[in-house]
Amino acid sequence: MATETLTLGKALNTGLRRALENDPKVVIMGEDVGKLGGVFRITDGLQKDFGDQRVIDTPLAESGIIGTAVGLAIRGFRPVCEIQFDGFVYPAYDQIVSQVAKMHYRSQGKVRIPMVIRIPFGGGIGAVEHHSESPEAYFAHTAGLKVVSCANPQDAYTMIQQAVASDDPIVFLEPKRRYWEKDPVELDGPLSGAYPLHSSRVVRPGTDATVLAYGPMVRTCLDAATAAAEDGRELEVIDLRSLSPLDLTAAYESVKRTGRCVVVHEAPGNLGLGSEIAARITEECFYSLESPVLRVTGFDTPYPASRVEEEYLPDLDRVLDAVDRTFGW
Amino acid sequence: MAKGDPGVSSRGRRAAPRSKKGATGDPQLVQLLTPEGERIESATGPDGTEYRVDFTDEEYRGLYRDLVLVRKLDAEATALQRQGELGLWASLLGQEAAQVGSGRALRTQDMAFPTYREHGVLYCRGIDPIMPLGLFRGVDQGGWDPNEFKFNMYTIVIGAQTLHATGYAMGVHMDGKTGTEDGEAVIAYFGDGATSQGDVNEAFVWASVFNAPLVFFCQNNQYAISEPLERQTRVPLYQRAGGFGFPGVRVDGNDVLASYAVTRHALDNARLGQGPSLIEAYTYRMGAHTTSDDPTRYRIASEVEAWQAKDPIARMKAFLEKQQIADADFFAAVDEQARTESVHLRERVLAMPNPEPVTMFDHVYPNGSPELDEQRAQFTKYMESFEGSAH
Repeated sequence: MATETLTLGKALNTGLRRALENDPKVVIMGEDVGKLGGVFRITDGLQKDFGDQRVIDTPLAESGIIGTAVGLAIRGFRPVCEIQFDGFVYPAYDQIVSQVAKMHYRSQGKVRIPMVIRIPFGGGIGAVEHHSESPEAYFAHTAGLKVVSCANPQDAYTMIQQAVASDDPIVFLEPKRRYWEKDPVELDGPLSGAYPLHSSRVVRPGTDATVLAYGPMVRTCLDAATAAAEDGRELEVIDLRSLSPLDLTAAYESVKRTGRCVVVHEAPGNLGLGSEIAARITEECFYSLESPVLRVTGFDTPYPASRVEEEYLPDLDRVLDAVDRTFGW
Repeated sequence: MAKGDPGVSSRGRRAAPRSKKGATGDPQLVQLLTPEGERIESATGPDGTEYRVDFTDEEYRGLYRDLVLVRKLDAEATALQRQGELGLWASLLGQEAAQVGSGRALRTQDMAFPTYREHGVLYCRGIDPIMPLGLFRGVDQGGWDPNEFKFNMYTIVIGAQTLHATGYAMGVHMDGKTGTEDGEAVIAYFGDGATSQGDVNEAFVWASVFNAPLVFFCQNNQYAISEPLERQTRVPLYQRAGGFGFPGVRVDGNDVLASYAVTRHALDNARLGQGPSLIEAYTYRMGAHTTSDDPTRYRIASEVEAWQAKDPIARMKAFLEKQQIADADFFAAVDEQARTESVHLRERVLAMPNPEPVTMFDHVYPNGSPELDEQRAQFTKYMESFEGSAH
């Protein structure tokens, strides 16, 4: 079996290449995805090999990217749209929540919109405003959309292919600050044999407290678990992977064992995914909990100027501090 | 800036003469049938295109029948709303010719993307006219199969469907279904108000740069709810096309023959690979925007009367009579057919069952969702707990 060490970005690129090879109806579309290969080079080389009818450089209009992809999907294509940065998805918001999400429902199942909307999301790369946002709650709140996020190269490679092959409309969130992190990737495993797209996964087993994260924060939480282990605490880290639907099966099982839970995300805390997760864990695991479910999140401010983003973003210390608090109850 | 510079003169001076005139001044209409029912042999569009039609007597009678039936079914729906049987209705009264003319110009393989008012086009696509009434009654969200009838779902968000049409047309092109006389074409319907939307302008850009086989069919019915055309534009809408790089034409939207001719021409160009075009069907909404507004608050009776004199059905009838294409028996038979069909429609609407509540969980996702499955199960259990009770 072929295993290669790839960055998360290159793993996405390789996964997209496989998707293009496997299905002639797959088309990639977005601003600068062709010759430039995308501003993060995620589509690098694909237009050269598949042509400009499969990898389509579009006009600079986000609603147009999503709206025309809807029409292509009705026609029988499988569009994979790239939104260049998280903060630029809002001009396409109406098309995503009112059209992409609802067409299957409105047509009583007669119309399918098998499209993927790729969004590099989150902060930590020192970008200017509108380039570091975490819009996941807006989409996870909308019925008809599925929202997933990869956290490591293997998942990036597998999940993007699973997303493209799925008939569900999927918002695919890519942790842009992790694009350059490397890991070995198994390239030849069957997609159906991998973890299903909509399932969470225990990425570090532990016994003392449960830490839930997704996307860019998974790495942060794994680092926190390593640090905690030095202090004699074994944290169980779960990568949620799917934000809608939320797969909390592993989380429930884990919290019932550990009795403690911390949810971590970059997005602002107010009405963020952490709120929903904390509520559900409280309902499901109430008699097992030794302390309240705690959240470590971004603040309820617009994403700040990048020179203070390290203070805005949850880091290892804030995660460990929250873990300490769950033990201090 | 220099005083007296014609480009920058004091505020209001130059703006005043432009107001209203540009948008609603003398329309350069392609017309093949005058309001009096006189037939015009051919008409020339702004780019020199000659428009003409050559129908058999039977086809002329067929178009008249379509107009009358569509108006009658629409009137029945309006009446049903007034009696509380529909939650809302968006009447097409006054726009029958634009819809029937363009709808009959479509070929079987062509795809249409409507707004929520295209009941006449829907009828021309062979869809049971009860279908949109389910949406407005609240028992479903439009029940036809867009792929079977090549007529998409009604779109309520203004202008959103123009992008869907553009993408679909790009797909037609990518599938190699253009460039021949039996190729496929796509038509996108929208109103004058929609031309202010970003999506419509983005659709113009995309259709142009991708040379999409698409006809933008704007029914300019002069009002976006209460906002007159002057609130949407200061240039005639068909002239917008030039800035985007494709042809535009204004047709008399109350003239079914001209509406047919310009649409057929534009569709043929599209299917031959000559790209998009814009048709502005210059017409008038005789009723309310929907049954929830009151047009007497925003427009004057004399304006409505002036448009009544341009009625699409009256002029077609006058033409058929003058040319002796149809006689009194024919008109009586059409009226009788319309009456019968509208009575039938009424009976069927009243008999439409409410959906089973649990069906609200159906078709949210093609592949389902564990969360939703659980909610469905809980809801089902909850509903069953009422069995045998008064609920």
